[in-house]
Amino acid sequence: MTHVAMTNTSDSAALPQGLDGIVSDWSSDQRAFKNVPWGKAMMWIFLLSDTFIFSIFLLSYMTVRSSTTVPWPNSSEVFALEIGGVHLPLILIAIMTFVLISSSGTMAMAVRSGYQRHRKTTTILLLVTALLGAAFVGMQAFEWTKLITEGVRPWGNPWGAPQFGSTFFMITGFHGTHVTIGVIFLIIVARKVWRGDYDRGTAGFFTSRKGNYESVEIMGLYWHFVDLVWVFIFALFYLW
Amino acid sequence: MAQATAQVESVSDPLDHEGQEHPIKLYLVVWGWLFVLSTFSYLVDYFQFEGYLRWSLILVFMMLKAGLIVAVFMHMAWERLALSYAILLPPLLVLVFVGIMVLESDYTLWLRTIFFGTS
Repeated sequence: MTHVAMTNTSDSAALPQGLDGIVSDWSSDQRAFKNVPWGKAMMWIFLLSDTFIFSIFLLSYMTVRSSTTVPWPNSSEVFALEIGGVHLPLILIAIMTFVLISSSGTMAMAVRSGYQRHRKTTTILLLVTALLGAAFVGMQAFEWTKLITEGVRPWGNPWGAPQFGSTFFMITGFHGTHVTIGVIFLIIVARKVWRGDYDRGTAGFFTSRKGNYESVEIMGLYWHFVDLVWVFIFALFYLW
Repeated sequence: MAQATAQVESVSDPLDHEGQEHPIKLYLVVWGWLFVLSTFSYLVDYFQFEGYLRWSLILVFMMLKAGLIVAVFMHMAWERLALSYAILLPPLLVLVFVGIMVLESDYTLWLRTIFFGTS
């Protein structure tokens, strides 16, 4: 059973904490990230690079918005909806925010019940997360359709600065793509949990790594990141 | 085999899992707070707050939400500092880029106003 040691090489001996811990971890001439499986460390590093991509999108949005002499469209009104005769500003975006936050909540609980080896609960929670994610993408498709029929294009719109359309489609499109990919992987992970791959340690079809419930946590990191990006888009694009 | 798997599980390092199984109440409380904070951000728009009050409220709620997600949902609060610092410090450099682009867009706006006189 030596193969188990491959991903879990950390010594149970007490590791130093605080700044001493950072110095000793990074200078240990071994893996720098103790106590985390390499898959998790790699997911974090991927998310860091993704952070830079979204940062640059939001930065370019800030740059074009603050350098244009044409007034920026009022997002509060652009994204308003009439529900039951009541005019509600930005309501669809608010609902999308709550849906995505809820999916993060169910994801966090899925990770927990995965580590507790509750196969059925984990599967259900993962599928609920995927369902909420799909609902989010559906509402985004609705939003895009509405804006496109109203005449918003990447090169112009009826209300003001033409850069509004290009940044809107770029930022929300890239985020929606992330959500879609997340939903697909959530379903794959849910299926593996359901089959018991992570209980038996079945090798994955692509990496041929031994299956482990850490995969659920790594999936969770990606999913929470998608929610995290939405927090920034919601604040900086829709509310600003 | 099932026996062997169970054996393997118990042998595998407890440190890897330690701290990543938190009480469900914690997640529910964070979930609740995210809802509350999102509602607050929405209300900032609903009540049409303007100027610095609007921007500071939006940014405060945004950072609180981001902090809760990263710290609790993504378990960063329980990771070793070597990982937390490696992941959380580099994005701060983006702020330098923000500063550069604020200056740059001010300059562009100034040029456009002077030479195209649109505003």
